[in-house]
Amino acid sequence: MPSTSYLTAVLVIVFTITLALRALPFAVLRTLRGSAMARQLSVRMPVGILAILAVSALHGTITQDPDALLYALVSVAVTIGVHLALGRRTILSVGLGTTVYVILLNAL
Amino acid sequence: MRDSFSAGLGIFPLGIALGLLVVQAGLPWWLAPALSLSAFAGSLELLLVGMMATVTPLAAIALTVFVVNFRHVFYAFSFPLHLVKHPVAKAYSVYAMIDEAYAVSASLPESERSARRLLAMQIACETYWVGGGLAGVALGAALPAPIKGLEFALCALFTVLTLDAFRSRQELPSLLLAGAGVTVALVLTPGIALFTALLLFVALLLARHALTARRPAEETADA
Repeated sequence: MPSTSYLTAVLVIVFTITLALRALPFAVLRTLRGSAMARQLSVRMPVGILAILAVSALHGTITQDPDALLYALVSVAVTIGVHLALGRRTILSVGLGTTVYVILLNAL
Repeated sequence: MRDSFSAGLGIFPLGIALGLLVVQAGLPWWLAPALSLSAFAGSLELLLVGMMATVTPLAAIALTVFVVNFRHVFYAFSFPLHLVKHPVAKAYSVYAMIDEAYAVSASLPESERSARRLLAMQIACETYWVGGGLAGVALGAALPAPIKGLEFALCALFTVLTLDAFRSRQELPSLLLAGAGVTVALVLTPGIALFTALLLFVALLLARHALTARRPAEETADA
């Protein structure tokens, strides 16, 4: 088992780098605030970043179970369908989509 | 609080997975909450457990953290930190700017955002994450095998949030650019696809900005 000092060192490294990556851009942005570019990016980025997160989460799911590609795609379709058809209730859409995936993966 | 329930549905099972993994890797149980508090970044923590179990050199760990978490740099552009006035609250909000918190805030229209709502959501997310980790540690001994497929909740959550963000801001070109970026990234660098995709997406957005910014400038020059 790794020593406690090694584990502590990892925790310190992880904390420092992650916090720096989250905080430094805000400091840089303060000088850019009000620029047309920063304003445009703030409007245009969210949808794209969310889509990228969705695709990479899907990719991660499929890498864990390579046979599950079809199940995952069906479950994504269910999630989208439920969300659009049943009034955009996030918990319901995520819950049903995940339930379908877990059932397909474990039962078939 | 209500904003965070759906995120919690993705976060809590992932926390359980982390706790289980820590126990299965033979690492001390306190590592699950300690990792969750120090990194507070799900995908990275799952990755780190394996690396720590094999005592990977610290430099390699530092590089991994940098690459995997580099995406947070891009969140600053559109994360509504300006709403939070109190310095301590501001610092917490930056520390707790996880994917899910960014995603939930990005899917809300401008008019529905507030500092209170943002912070409550972030604190709730952290509670789910640490709580999930502890539950996973507790389950570790009892359960013969984890329930397969729960990680899909994360994918479903991001899918739904994309739909909502698209409704509040019709940005089809951005969506297409993101699609192009993520496709190229998955083909060329499947190992670090998220990192490459975000980098490509931002590069494409900057190119688009440069193209659209020049046109009105020329028009005024003509007039």
